[in-house]
Amino acid sequence: MVTTSLGSFKSPDARVAAREFVAQAGRDAAFQLEACVHCGQCAEACHFHLVSGDPRYTPIYKLQPMLKAYQREAAPFSSVKKALGLAPRELTAQELQEWSALLYDSCNLCGRCTLVCPMGIDIAGLVRRAREAMAAGGFAPTDLYKAVERALDTGSPIGVRWPALKRQIELQEQETGLRIPVDVEGAEYMVILSSIEIMGFAEIIGALARIFRHAGASWTIPSAGFEATNIGVQIGSREVAAELVSRIVAAAERLKVKCVVSPECGHAYSALRWEGPNLLGRRFGFDVVQIDELLDRFVREGRLRLRGKDARRLTFHDPCQLVRRGGLSEPPHRLMREVSANFAEMPSAGAASFCCGGGGGVSAIHRAEGLRFAAFACKKQQIEATGAEAVVTACANCRNVLEEAIDHDGMTLPVLGLTELVAQYLEPEARTG
Amino acid sequence: MTELELLEFARGPALWVSLGVLAAGSLWRIAGILRLGGKPDLAEPRSTRLIAGALRATFARMLPHPAFRRTITLAAWNGYVYHAGLAVIVFGYLPHIDFVKRLLGLAWPALPEPVVYAFVGLTFVSLFVALIVRLNDPVRRLLSGFDDYFSWFVVVLPLFTGMMTLDQSYATRSAAALPLDPLPVAVHLLSVELLLVWLPFGRLAHAFLVFASRAVTGAALTRKGAAQ
Ligand code: SF4
Ligand code: SF4
Repeated sequence: MVTTSLGSFKSPDARVAAREFVAQAGRDAAFQLEACVHCGQCAEACHFHLVSGDPRYTPIYKLQPMLKAYQREAAPFSSVKKALGLAPRELTAQELQEWSALLYDSCNLCGRCTLVCPMGIDIAGLVRRAREAMAAGGFAPTDLYKAVERALDTGSPIGVRWPALKRQIELQEQETGLRIPVDVEGAEYMVILSSIEIMGFAEIIGALARIFRHAGASWTIPSAGFEATNIGVQIGSREVAAELVSRIVAAAERLKVKCVVSPECGHAYSALRWEGPNLLGRRFGFDVVQIDELLDRFVREGRLRLRGKDARRLTFHDPCQLVRRGGLSEPPHRLMREVSANFAEMPSAGAASFCCGGGGGVSAIHRAEGLRFAAFACKKQQIEATGAEAVVTACANCRNVLEEAIDHDGMTLPVLGLTELVAQYLEPEARTG
Repeated sequence: MTELELLEFARGPALWVSLGVLAAGSLWRIAGILRLGGKPDLAEPRSTRLIAGALRATFARMLPHPAFRRTITLAAWNGYVYHAGLAVIVFGYLPHIDFVKRLLGLAWPALPEPVVYAFVGLTFVSLFVALIVRLNDPVRRLLSGFDDYFSWFVVVLPLFTGMMTLDQSYATRSAAALPLDPLPVAVHLLSVELLLVWLPFGRLAHAFLVFASRAVTGAALTRKGAAQ
């Protein structure tokens, strides 16, 4: 079992949290914390505020403890203000317990607020930072601490180990009649997966086998370091996040692959692609590509040839961490147009799409379930505006959360994975010998 | 102290002190933030055009994001009204231009007085609308504190004291001449000086912090290919 200095919900400490808030307020974060004009526009962007009308769900308000700690200890003029008794009071454990519901349960780190802020404050990025302090101080939700324990212990936040994946691989080999390469040294692409895919949507493995064969690309799945999700970035612990990223990096280096393929999982992509090198303090010796980005590239290079299209009215749900936060706005939409004859974009598709409600670790917080279902109302409106018969997405967590919410709301609407959809429309290969 | 002496004070030492506080306070605040430092981003950038991204964000965020333009609240549009109004009054009114000319030797054509007066009225109303919204809207009320209200006050005060000087016909007189009634002008100048002194320390510092904040986010999102 790996040990970390992560705080514990059993012994919360406001002083530890306060110190970490200050440590997280570096130059860029400080410029943003200081620039807020309290215009309130970010509230109009956040689905948690929109569905509840509760002013406490105003995005920038969620950062109050971080702002207070920073203003007390590190901001310009803080020592003068302290001397004059004008600095904010010290943070209390009670206050931070209260804010745990604001910084975790009611924030998907979706970045819609960042998009609207006239001062250009990256509120979602600041919430990600603030969570470092909350987790260090022991103020993160219990469910997330438990998921961290499982991830460090078993490799997966829900306890999926290699034998479970091996079994799914064997089933998919039987299903597709294709060999699924495991631990192949020197393969071009190393595919990692999320636990949700392994346990809930294992057909993705068969789909990948058909796609890589069609594209004529060598690939492999590692038997260790296959878990793509990163509970460390969700709870807000650099240490945990770095440990989990390092397992993937170790696998990629052991197998000497050229490229690691991040699966259909929003936060897994941002954890490896954008945070990974910074967490480990070094650049990677391989590329990181998200699976739909790769499929789009293959299609454009003519390596994947598609035939036929889905005739149903389909719409696409943008996973926030891939699209708005991750910079992959074009590839999934291009792929959708390749495989859907009747594709209907949601209002504000791409940049201003609403989160499914489960991002940023919220789907793993049991106490937040009611709020998550309520927040789905915004997404539901966007979906219903399209008149779609099915929703496609590129994140297994979004898929799971959407399915649950759709079910909860008594709707009947299938939710599909984009990679599987693409695999369905591969041009049949000429049989050679 | 006579009224004339008060005017001399407002035009002289008080002005220089307030400008000094403005400059030193602003520099101190910026330096205080810069000293916090940052780490280089090691992730392979999707785009390296970071300066272009920073500049783009700085200008693009002057307008609401296209996806929100239809849903943006009246309160947000009101922000444009008083910002534009203040700009017109500060830079378009002849006595202000003359004031800058005396100070820096720079001058530009003034707007006709009736136009400026119309903007004074509009800005005044707009600033009161902003205050009413701040006091009544649950989100803005929750966010606001002393700084927000005092900052509002120090912006409204010069507008108010400026209006008190309006009964003196100005346009027909030379820039260097003394006002007929020095007291209102002195009070107006002192209220502007209060604004200058407060600016670096409170919410009004957004006048310069906005550039840093937008640029930082613009560059970071551009790096990820996620600038929208
Ligand atoms: S990141 Fe998303 S969920 Fe979090 S405060 Fe902003 S808009 Fe709300
Ligand atoms: S939109 Fe930006 S400036 Fe306005 S309150 Fe929210 S964070 Fe502050």
